[in-house]
Amino acid sequence: MNNFSYIQADKAKEATAAKRDDKSAAFIAGGTTLIDLMKLNVENHDQLIDVNMLPFRGIEMTKNGLRIGALERMSEVGEHPLVVQNFPAVSESLLLAASAQLRNMASIGGNVLQRTRCGYFRDTAFPCNKREPGTGCPALEGDNRNLAILGTSSACIATSYPGDLSVALTALDAVLTLENAKGKQREVPITKFYLLPGTTPQKETVLEADELIVAVTIPQTAAARKSKYLKVRDRSSYAYALASAAVGLEVQGGLIRSARVALGGVGTQPWRCSEAEKMLVGKAPSEAVFRAAAEVALRGAKPREHNAFKVEMAQNTLVRALSEVASL
Amino acid sequence: MDRVDGPAKVTGAARYSAEINVPGTVYGVLKSSTIAKGRITNIDTTAAAKEPGILNIFTHQNLPKPAKTPKQIEKWRAAQSYLPMQDDQIQYAGQPVALVVAATLEAATQAAALIKVTYQADTPIDSYHDPKAELFDPQKIQQGKKDGHVVRGNPQQAFDGAAIRHEATYVHAINHHSPMEPAATLAVWEGADKLTVYEASQNVTMHQGNLAELLGMPREQIRVVTKYIGGGFGCKGSFWPHTILTVLAARAVNRPVKLVLTRPQMFTGVGHREDQEQTLKMGATADGKLVSIVHSKKATTSPWDNYTESNGKIMDMLYACPNYSTVYELARANVMTSVWMRAPGEAPGSFALESSMDDLAHQLNIDPLEIRLRNYADHDHSSGKPWSSKSLKQCYTRGAELFGWNKRNPKPGQTRRGNLLVGHGMASATYPVHSSQGTARVRLFADGHAVVEAGATDLGTGTYTVMTQVSADALGLPPEKIRFELGDTRLPTAPGSGGSVAAGTVASSIMAAAEDVWDKVVKMAVADKKSPLYKVKPTDVKVELGRMFLAKDPKKGETLLAALGRSGQPDIEGSGTGKYGAGYEEKNFGQNGADQNNDNKEKKSGGHSMHSFGAHFCEVEVDPDLGTVRITRWVGVHGVGTVLNLKTATSQMKGGAIYGIGAALMEDTFRDPNFARYTNADLAGYHIPVNADIPEIQVEFVPETDPYINYLGVKGIGELGMVGVAAAVGNAIFNATGRRMRSLPITPDKMLEALRLPA
Repeated sequence: MNNFSYIQADKAKEATAAKRDDKSAAFIAGGTTLIDLMKLNVENHDQLIDVNMLPFRGIEMTKNGLRIGALERMSEVGEHPLVVQNFPAVSESLLLAASAQLRNMASIGGNVLQRTRCGYFRDTAFPCNKREPGTGCPALEGDNRNLAILGTSSACIATSYPGDLSVALTALDAVLTLENAKGKQREVPITKFYLLPGTTPQKETVLEADELIVAVTIPQTAAARKSKYLKVRDRSSYAYALASAAVGLEVQGGLIRSARVALGGVGTQPWRCSEAEKMLVGKAPSEAVFRAAAEVALRGAKPREHNAFKVEMAQNTLVRALSEVASL
Repeated sequence: MDRVDGPAKVTGAARYSAEINVPGTVYGVLKSSTIAKGRITNIDTTAAAKEPGILNIFTHQNLPKPAKTPKQIEKWRAAQSYLPMQDDQIQYAGQPVALVVAATLEAATQAAALIKVTYQADTPIDSYHDPKAELFDPQKIQQGKKDGHVVRGNPQQAFDGAAIRHEATYVHAINHHSPMEPAATLAVWEGADKLTVYEASQNVTMHQGNLAELLGMPREQIRVVTKYIGGGFGCKGSFWPHTILTVLAARAVNRPVKLVLTRPQMFTGVGHREDQEQTLKMGATADGKLVSIVHSKKATTSPWDNYTESNGKIMDMLYACPNYSTVYELARANVMTSVWMRAPGEAPGSFALESSMDDLAHQLNIDPLEIRLRNYADHDHSSGKPWSSKSLKQCYTRGAELFGWNKRNPKPGQTRRGNLLVGHGMASATYPVHSSQGTARVRLFADGHAVVEAGATDLGTGTYTVMTQVSADALGLPPEKIRFELGDTRLPTAPGSGGSVAAGTVASSIMAAAEDVWDKVVKMAVADKKSPLYKVKPTDVKVELGRMFLAKDPKKGETLLAALGRSGQPDIEGSGTGKYGAGYEEKNFGQNGADQNNDNKEKKSGGHSMHSFGAHFCEVEVDPDLGTVRITRWVGVHGVGTVLNLKTATSQMKGGAIYGIGAALMEDTFRDPNFARYTNADLAGYHIPVNADIPEIQVEFVPETDPYINYLGVKGIGELGMVGVAAAVGNAIFNATGRRMRSLPITPDKMLEALRLPA
């Protein structure tokens, strides 16, 4: 870890301006990813801008849905009654993540910006296109067991976002509020927030250098109320998903009126499955219907030596999650 | 009795090696090689040297040379014989290439990051399955200490002619010990010829001996201290580069230097359990009696050493099988030397053996417990010797009863709980008694307290506690009146904590030292007119719980303290050497032990074969759609001679089961095939069990008396609890799913793949 200076911002503008003026600076909230990567010398920042004093707090229902301040902690949000009742998938995704200690530290905004757990990215001894563009991707022919099968490119197959929350947010059409150094806010749907690796895996989101995530808003829908996050992993706790599914169903008169499906652990970004959703709408919930949707969801998957299992695992995870939400 | 070191540990008063503070201490940080093979062409320390408070940056170009390198030392007592930073060669990823010493840890860490090392990289060999690797027959393994070939009878012929033949290959992933406390060294020189090293060591004597040889110093000038250990599992029982580099650097900068390995460095700094595969051929009669076991193993080793676990031992002795052979094949790869890790040999060996036994039972439609009873070894077939004690049958019976084994559905894949498949499995456990000896000193004070000393170590498993108990009993004092000291080469030499020898040996040593005190006090008493034992022949006196009495008339006697008090001497000191295993038997029962009628020509020293035994029973739930395996119940019943402390012994057996569950279900270090470098070298990437993975574990010990093993009849328990665990899990998975899992760890991906194929 390199030496760095530290400032605590009292106003949003102070933070975003400092970030704009110093290309090597980083915002710090919970620091659970940032400090880890700095200790590994994967990220080297000469300045950390502490945003914890900024007023981006609160969990409240608005006309656009549930608005969560970006500085709320994972544990606070995961356990909040409004979240538990109206967005069970969000609550589950938060409480199944990391450990209690990490959940108490990590912020919602920081969680959305969590970086990949790809072993090649995290160890500077290896080449890595995401960390050092143009150096190559050893994961293609190496340890790719935990990596992506959807949205990959020949430059990068990392599950760029390895966590859980954004998978649920992606399924439920959450919107991120970003604020820049001019104090201007813009809203970006989470489905448009992450970028595919293509030839530029180092560019992971649409966030500009001087922008700060200030809030996340999740529309309140019937499907969100009947939602679920199912996570499959190597041990019972404190492990990243091998595959996960965030699903929501609105069933009326025995037919699916609307469906929300996203997968985690299998895509280079949280993977929204719009085609699968379309297939579900208008049908009566059944295992066969869910199975067909799951097959569509994984269409186009490009498995490699050690992660071929993820196709079947993700399909089965999805079928199980849908079945549980539909109470089959 | 509760742990005597418990309060010190929970209040933080207990200082682990890295927590020792010596005035003037400076900090060392290692920089490790990024490549696995090649040579260093340049090291640029310009930027690093500008960090504040840098005392020195050592590389192969300026590191002071030790008096001898490990290769020049005849009796090198460590797994790895290669000492890095002696030249520009790189032989494994993570090999130390520089050591920064600075006034603060932060500066040293940052400077290490700023050192620019330029390499000329060659293509490394990553393992025995690398196409470039060449398997060879080492003849001998473990620095020539063990035979690489063992043959008994006519195994191949017996296998070829067997009515039932079973052959399978078992794969074991790379495992890392991953103790909570990382490796740590604090080297403190007083002048050029006196050294104290605070080391996270399972064996202070071993560290002292190796340091003396490397530095060309007399042993007594080197003191090694380890008061508390936060787990070791074998990785702190060997001697690794960080220790010698720290010691050499401390002498050069003339300051105490503290170096603690980072968690990633723990994956390339203190050995590992090697990647390996075993092929096991088993021949049996139609009614399930073994006639032959043919075992072979392939494994990865380092460019210099022929270390590999001796998996064959357990196959040679666990069952009554007349024909047996094993052979080891190794391949050199660009990895550091692997090393013993909890139950070395027995852990992976039992996975192969006990999985194959389960297959055999299934094939013959015999209960897994029954097939083990049909092959029950009434004596040790590997040596022809009788057992000193063996309670495996009782373990089977009691374990089956506690578990409810008779309710098990023998047909695989038939039991469901909701979405989940439920299965029950069992396996045997055994671990040998490694012959060992050590000394102890007992100082009994007339005011009624005692100081007992032995240079042993406490891994955190309870040495402090059980030795306090043993001392209290020997002297007839309450435990709180005993101060037991360990972990220091200034104390009488005792074995380290490894090979499950500590409890048996140190307890014996303390008893021998206590006897010395008894003898001295008895002599005082029989010469003292005021003693009820005045003029009694010392040989007619017995001592029990601190009281001397006439053997023929126990009422006639007094306490040790009463006699000592009258003598006017403030204290009395005794010392003694205690033996564990074959040495104890030889001393007390003669060359052939008590078994004078055994005419087996092949038997070695001692008359008995000494092993502890046990049995594991478990229940698993397998999710057939997701491939996840959960352990829902565990029962372990063991026969280990005298249990010194039920609480610490039970904890240790539970820990063994948990360690085994880790190896069975999740522990797997991935070495990249092109870079020969680990890709998951931290505790987020290398999974060990969390609480949620572990069910309630029920542990019981069956009563067992073993007169041959040591004074108190104590057998070691450190490794036993892990042996057979992976097989019990695999066997339960087979019962749940009809799928035989032969590759550890059994992760969801492998489980799903197996479930996709027909049973």
